[in-house]
Amino acid sequence: MRPESIEAMLPFLSEHPGNPSGSHGAARAAKTALEEARETVAGVLGCSPNELVFTGGGTEADNLAIKGGARAARRRAGLDGVVTTAFEHKGVLAAAHRLEAEGFRVAETSVTAQGMVDLDDLARRLDGSTALVSVMAVNNEIGTIQPLPEVGALVRRLAPQALLHTDAVQAVPWVDVSLLAAGWDFVAISGHKFGGPKGVGALVIRGGVPVDPEIEGGGQERGIRAGTVNVAGVVALATALRITHDRREMETARIARLRDRLRDELLRAIPDAFVNGAPDRQTAGHLHLGFPGVESEALLVMLDDRGVYAAAGSSCSSGATEISHVLAAMGMEKDAATASIRLSLGYASTDSDVAAAVAAIPRAVAQLRTPVRT
Amino acid sequence: MSGGERLRVLVAMSGGVDSSVAAALMRDQGHDVTGVTLKLWGGESDSGCCSVSDVEDARRVAAQLDLPHYVFNFAEDFNANVVDPYVADYASGRTPNPCVECNRSLKWGRLLNRARSMGFDALVTGHHARITRDGSGRAELRRGEDPAKDQSYVLAVLGQEELAMTLLPVGEMTKADVRVHATRLGLRTAAKAESMDVCFITRGGRNAFLDARVPAAPGPIVDGDGAVVGAHDGVRGFTVGQRRGLAVAAGERRYVIDVDAATATVTLGDRRDLLRGGIALSRVTSTGASIADGTTVLAQVRAHGESHPAVWHGDHIEWVEPQPRVAPGQIVALYEGDRVLGSAIVV
Repeated sequence: MRPESIEAMLPFLSEHPGNPSGSHGAARAAKTALEEARETVAGVLGCSPNELVFTGGGTEADNLAIKGGARAARRRAGLDGVVTTAFEHKGVLAAAHRLEAEGFRVAETSVTAQGMVDLDDLARRLDGSTALVSVMAVNNEIGTIQPLPEVGALVRRLAPQALLHTDAVQAVPWVDVSLLAAGWDFVAISGHKFGGPKGVGALVIRGGVPVDPEIEGGGQERGIRAGTVNVAGVVALATALRITHDRREMETARIARLRDRLRDELLRAIPDAFVNGAPDRQTAGHLHLGFPGVESEALLVMLDDRGVYAAAGSSCSSGATEISHVLAAMGMEKDAATASIRLSLGYASTDSDVAAAVAAIPRAVAQLRTPVRT
Repeated sequence: MSGGERLRVLVAMSGGVDSSVAAALMRDQGHDVTGVTLKLWGGESDSGCCSVSDVEDARRVAAQLDLPHYVFNFAEDFNANVVDPYVADYASGRTPNPCVECNRSLKWGRLLNRARSMGFDALVTGHHARITRDGSGRAELRRGEDPAKDQSYVLAVLGQEELAMTLLPVGEMTKADVRVHATRLGLRTAAKAESMDVCFITRGGRNAFLDARVPAAPGPIVDGDGAVVGAHDGVRGFTVGQRRGLAVAAGERRYVIDVDAATATVTLGDRRDLLRGGIALSRVTSTGASIADGTTVLAQVRAHGESHPAVWHGDHIEWVEPQPRVAPGQIVALYEGDRVLGSAIVV
């Protein structure tokens, strides 16, 4: 977490423990902080404070928008189509599959080999009964920034009644979401992806868009998301978001230089390594590389031992690595997918991190490629 | 791998008490220990070994011991090398031993190869068996210290290459000692129940598992003379030598003496009909040098059964005293004293 974010949340764990829904004096400080945080987040995301709902993270925000938005649209207007993409986060795909089980027509738009949503395929899947379209802002594995303005224009033309949702969880550090997703009905973010805490997120719900709540109870968050608000978490999220936004240009330029150096040096040391995704559409912090003949599962262990934290696929609850559905959606062969790893950089990345990775990865790759003596 | 040397070892941690203690012992002997749990079988209803909760137990034990811990997803290989052959064997009237095949192709196959390529010096498991060295430094597989818990049978398929890179620290202990040690270390798995069943067979039981993959064909249960004495709903419920669960009324004890998948026929007989003078063998392996023709060995035909003397003839053994027929597909482990010589599969 960003130090400023930790500092901002501490008073709401100690001297201001009040419940913002309360009416007594102790509640006031919490209520004030909550509403100030809401204004901050709304300002960065380009919505008004009353268009913002705080949640327990990005997955909850995605579920609320997709299920709540689609169910309300079916109830009110009889719409029954849900269109998403094949390489969304599991929080989006699982919500869409739930709707499918409830009788919605669900379509997953294909993606290109470069990791971009296929707009022609998307167009074919839209119709006048489409209730909701969900396209992520930045893919979490491959780091490609999706053309949301083009997606939005296409949807407004071919499916004029459809609500637009974007899972922008990965996007916040890299792009101005208020511009990329301007006018979208739902925008989901998550605190821990930009230096805030885990377990707290937010959802933009554009004015007047009806949403069936997922969690019901005491009417908090205008009845859309019941439950006592995590004031400390929200304050920390808002602080981290504000800093991330203010420093975005400076930080992304610095991170891009680190990433380019990391990529160039690794490609020099491992000439047959291949880069996945579309370099001109990727964020500054993503580098996705493959090493032919190497099993990423073994490589990650060796890198971990050397203090380099990389990833492959996405983790399931058991901690096992599953073949990435993102790489599969991009049409990547299984051998190339299992030979690939994701190196992520962020605001905390340093020159010495890059140096450590440049020292460790070629050595580990070479060792794994050495035929074993038996 | 003589005493005192600091080794980089990979401990296969199943989430049970034996492999937990194996990891602890290696750590306390001063080795550089990494824990790994294999994800072999998936699915929401997964409740066998290597299920999510067992992975979690292994992870928590590793954390308690301050060891790095990883999960390797070998589910695809497990399916191809263990589950599919298991289903195919039952469908053809054979009785496979999936634990042995998992050891052969997964733990001492893909995992050992990966450990080698990652630069580990040894693979460690929590099996109750011992590996000793002969005068020339060759590895010898022996029965574990605790006769009741000995698992050398399921390791009998290993060869010299595998044994030379394997350490089995709990094989030197009794199970009771293992639990005492785990309790002393405060390991969360100290009192955990032992896994008894095939790990990928869950709630519905074996027949339901098999029927979901290969439709069962009903057929007759016949007596030795061919007279039909009953009916069954699929040969997968029967194993040569089986006595229980035969839905036929008979005066004396009846055994399954043959299972013929092609005609879906189960044949019963009495104990005398079951006796055989020897066993035809396939897929012979040896832990070291091959066994000389004519050698008298001790043959064990089930994981915790007794061993009986037999004469080795390369592609078959001859019992010294006739023994009950062993189901095709079963593993025969061959011993000299407490030392494992090799293994074979019953034809």
